[in-house]
Amino acid sequence: MQRRTPPVFTMASSTDLQKALATTGYIASDDLAMALHIATSLGRPLLLEGAAGVGKTEVARSLATVQDTQLIRLQCYEGLDAAQAIYEWNYQRQLLSIRAASEAGETGAAVEARIFSQDYLLERPLLKAIRQDKAPVLLIDEIDRADEEFEAYLLEVLSDYQITIPELGTLTATTRPHVILTANGTRDLSDALRRRCIYAHVDYPDRQTELAILAARCPGLEAHLSQQIIGFVQKLREEELEKVPGVAEMLDFAAALGGLGIKDLTEDPAVLQAALATLLKTQSDRLAVPIEVAARLAGKAA
Amino acid sequence: MSRVTRFAAADPGAAARVSGFISHLRDNGFNLGVSETDTALRALCCVNPIDPVEARLALKSVCAGCLEDSRQFDVLFDAFWMAKGRVRHKVIPSAHLTTPQNTRSTRQDNTRQSSGKGAIHTPEDGADMGETDADGTGELMASKAANLMKKDLRELVSKEDIRAAEDVAIRLGKALRDQRSRRRKAARTGRALDMRRTMRLSLSSGGEPLRLARRTRPDRPLKIVALCDVSGSMMHYARPFLAFLAGLMRADDASDAYLFHTRLVRITEPLRDPDPLRALNRITLLADGFGGGSRIGENLAHFARSYARKFVDGRSVVLILSDGYDSDTPTRIDGALAKLKRRGCRIIWLNPLKGWRDYAPVAQGMAAALPHLDDFAAAATLNDLAALEHRLARL
Repeated sequence: MQRRTPPVFTMASSTDLQKALATTGYIASDDLAMALHIATSLGRPLLLEGAAGVGKTEVARSLATVQDTQLIRLQCYEGLDAAQAIYEWNYQRQLLSIRAASEAGETGAAVEARIFSQDYLLERPLLKAIRQDKAPVLLIDEIDRADEEFEAYLLEVLSDYQITIPELGTLTATTRPHVILTANGTRDLSDALRRRCIYAHVDYPDRQTELAILAARCPGLEAHLSQQIIGFVQKLREEELEKVPGVAEMLDFAAALGGLGIKDLTEDPAVLQAALATLLKTQSDRLAVPIEVAARLAGKAA
Repeated sequence: MSRVTRFAAADPGAAARVSGFISHLRDNGFNLGVSETDTALRALCCVNPIDPVEARLALKSVCAGCLEDSRQFDVLFDAFWMAKGRVRHKVIPSAHLTTPQNTRSTRQDNTRQSSGKGAIHTPEDGADMGETDADGTGELMASKAANLMKKDLRELVSKEDIRAAEDVAIRLGKALRDQRSRRRKAARTGRALDMRRTMRLSLSSGGEPLRLARRTRPDRPLKIVALCDVSGSMMHYARPFLAFLAGLMRADDASDAYLFHTRLVRITEPLRDPDPLRALNRITLLADGFGGGSRIGENLAHFARSYARKFVDGRSVVLILSDGYDSDTPTRIDGALAKLKRRGCRIIWLNPLKGWRDYAPVAQGMAAALPHLDDFAAAATLNDLAALEHRLARL
């Protein structure tokens, strides 16, 4: 008696996507997998927020692998403008062409038509992403670093998927890219951008998930040592640190221990302290975790 | 299994329930429009909507827009969809009886609750509406401050003050130029070449770039957002500061002003009144509680989560005019300023006491604020404010 919209399974369900991501070595939480599934099915951009080093960028890479498509990346920074994000004319070629044309005696109108044609256009990530035959994954990394003008421009691109070049006219998307935006809170994003996106917050993984990540990335490690590593890193995250170690740092740490040939974390505090260089990246954090504290944390983790 | 909310038989259908849920979220502070309802419905089509786990995650990814939303979402979802088998009769709520609280002022419409000594908008009753009326808690502090509350701002600030302050404000505004712009725009003289325009120009000279177009990084003006403490301990300094705010508002269209004591009031609009004295009169009405207690942390936190989201960005300078004597716990100031700072603004605290000999920022609130400040300066008179020009230019 309840009227329901019949389920339309345009794609596999979110758990299938989660499994597919796991085969590429990315262990996604339920929240994230669902957000990714919704975003790809509806063709909406996905906004990922979370601390640095929780694997936001990696999501895009894994999604591209799963979908067997290209990953186009746009790294944002303050002052990013159209010439670096969208397109630019190839000025050197244009200059050469004009010189050659003037020697050959071509007329101005013909030269102009040629040098402002697609052959002389340099594609930058945003333009490139909408002109692919197969929908690529477009990663707009650290959007909060770009200034507000760029954010506003991005809104236009993300809603219409078209780009207007004064000399050429409007270029419409041949395929809609899967857009993933990441932010780690250097400034608040505008509500307009948030509303246009599907949202997921990526947190530090819990113990089980992180063990699975470690197992997927460093298959050679012994079970006992991986338990210790994860326990140690999770304990370390509870300390008051300036830069909390992320998943990437944890993997570095595991690789470093592997390289040093350590079998047990509690074995040699001096070596442990040396390996901490992969986890603690500021001077004050190094001072905050002296050798005794590290040994104590390792003892607790064991 | 019976945890799921049941719906009445006369229910208009699934779409109506989802839109009812969206308006339930909206009432709880989510920023959702009509198009989100559409997106939510379409998202439910992509999953198995009968499975509560999937439906929850799908709706969460659509409706939550920031970390706070996504933390709150599960509770709100349970309240609507998992009401332990209770029957929900009205899916879409009827029009609100209470006026939704918007961000224009922190004071609630208290004509409804209180016995009411008159409308808040009428001048005669303005002074009677003291703290005790507004909150109904009857704190002792309010009655102690009662005679100060009647203080008319027109007695405090004269027309000449405002005129002098206007000059100061204009000069400060000029000093606060943002040199950070990294974008370039076309200009007659500039460091970088504008290749695009140069190419165009060279077409007319047969490919010889005779005329070079240039680009430069323009200076951008900063927006000043001023928060002025008018609690009891700041009464002596209210005069120059209020004049300054009035001058600032008149000199600079982009600036923004607030007063706070136990509440935060936005006074930008009234201060823009063409008649300066009428402007002050309007503020007197808005700012009752003037000269009372101070809750700096609470007010700053309120500011950071409401007005700041609209009016403060990376090109803003937040001026806080206060002595830092706070009746809140200092951690509130700490948290509020950290949050404010994340918006990318610069924060300057002007403290009238700092000019005193042997002054140390030992007031707990002030000590908590210090790590977040870009500048901490003394200012007790208009001349002090004018002297800030050079310091601000260096920021």
